[in-house]
Amino acid sequence: MKESYREGVGTSVAEKQHITIKGVKDGLIFLLDDTCDFSVLLDELQFKLEKSHQQLLTGPIVHVQVKLGTRQVNEEEKERIKAAIRNQGNLLVQSIDSEARLEPKAEDGNNLKVLTGIIRSGQTLEHDGNLLLMGDLNPGGSLLCTGDIFVLGALRGLAHAGCKGKEDSIIAASLLRPTQLRICEVISRPPDEWMTGDAMMEFAYLSEGVMKIDKLTQLHRLRKLPAVFRA
Amino acid sequence: MGEAIVITSGKGGVGKTTTSANIGTALALLGKKVCMVDTDIGLRNLDVVMGLENRIIYDLIDVAEGRCRLNQALVKDKRFEELYMLPAAQTKDKTDISPEQVRDMVLELKKEFDYVIIDCPAGIEQGFRNAVAGADRAIVVTTPENAAVRDADRVIGLLEQTQIPARLVINRIRANMVRNGEMLDIDEICQVLAIDLLGIVPDDEKVIRSANAGEPTVMDPSSRAAIAYRNIARRMLGDMVPLMPLEEKAGVMKRFRKFLGIG
Repeated sequence: MKESYREGVGTSVAEKQHITIKGVKDGLIFLLDDTCDFSVLLDELQFKLEKSHQQLLTGPIVHVQVKLGTRQVNEEEKERIKAAIRNQGNLLVQSIDSEARLEPKAEDGNNLKVLTGIIRSGQTLEHDGNLLLMGDLNPGGSLLCTGDIFVLGALRGLAHAGCKGKEDSIIAASLLRPTQLRICEVISRPPDEWMTGDAMMEFAYLSEGVMKIDKLTQLHRLRKLPAVFRA
Repeated sequence: MGEAIVITSGKGGVGKTTTSANIGTALALLGKKVCMVDTDIGLRNLDVVMGLENRIIYDLIDVAEGRCRLNQALVKDKRFEELYMLPAAQTKDKTDISPEQVRDMVLELKKEFDYVIIDCPAGIEQGFRNAVAGADRAIVVTTPENAAVRDADRVIGLLEQTQIPARLVINRIRANMVRNGEMLDIDEICQVLAIDLLGIVPDDEKVIRSANAGEPTVMDPSSRAAIAYRNIARRMLGDMVPLMPLEEKAGVMKRFRKFLGIG
């Protein structure tokens, strides 16, 4: 997508173009690059409007939609873009949009945070990404993660994995004896709903919107790209 | 310079005051100079358990508000020369004193005594913060009940935040219930709370009887709870004392009757 923004404007090879102007049925769309510096963008906008694209600026009123890509701007910056365009009598800014920034994908093993300690009753740990806790999570304590939760110890409290909606999150523990488990929006209450007798490493996952428990050795079946090791 | 030890639990009714009174008395029994401080303002009990209620003239709040000097408020024990108690006020509230004031008092007491035992009120609010303010170490009391263990865990978390090292006393253990799996056992509790175990105290009717009589249980060596408290005090002084067995050794007659099936 980003690449296509730059195409078509390539009048000069030496100077990178950051602004693409497209004509559509009901006006113009300004596609602004989202990787360059904001001041560069503003200078170029001014230059384009005043110097190189004079032909746009004559004639009836034209509606302009500004698309910022994934760049996030504040009100003041928005106003400066608007002002630059509005200065040319016949252009009317209709909207300034930016796409939501894509969350950096939390892949397995990537951005895994390792913590040592005990989460006791009344204590809460929140983490963005995957978390490995070396220690126990006690009853009354809670652990919230946007990604996976691994507990190298006893999980006796409340664990919530994928708390921002990552449905393939899992919760694994050396000893899985939680008061409550949550993955995304699904809540499960052992031992009312499930209970395992043997003290094996287990993990909880979502399968078609239902929480399931399995032995940790089965995890590779769930993950799309399990590692294969050479003999 | 002595050491200040706060006795706390989170939950009420697990035996903080009883433990304070008994540990304080046991340390005095071992020849230490001890002062017990009751910080449960508004619900003072330590004086009743110690049987010193009628000797109180001034209290903690009187000291804080400058109505008397600290050593004027100290109540000397009737059994030991070097055992004192600083009673709490019964008419005031926990918010009538600040953690800083308690800390200053404890600091002052530490100069004079080997051990300052601080009896903490139940809960984790102002009263708890007051009690913990001057403490160097903590003894967390719990009973083998889920609710008590949960609250003990919460309190240990709070103590860790203030970097006060804590040790555990498990109170009111009933051997027969543990044996039948009806009560949490010691290992389970220690696994969850993950702090050093200072001692275990068996449930004993004599504790209630002696508390009502205003006589700390430790004074009666025929009581198993008394031995447990004495062991705790010795461990606090650094002695290696093994945990007492939960089951009482059955006497010859008892074993014989059991053998016949009528015990």
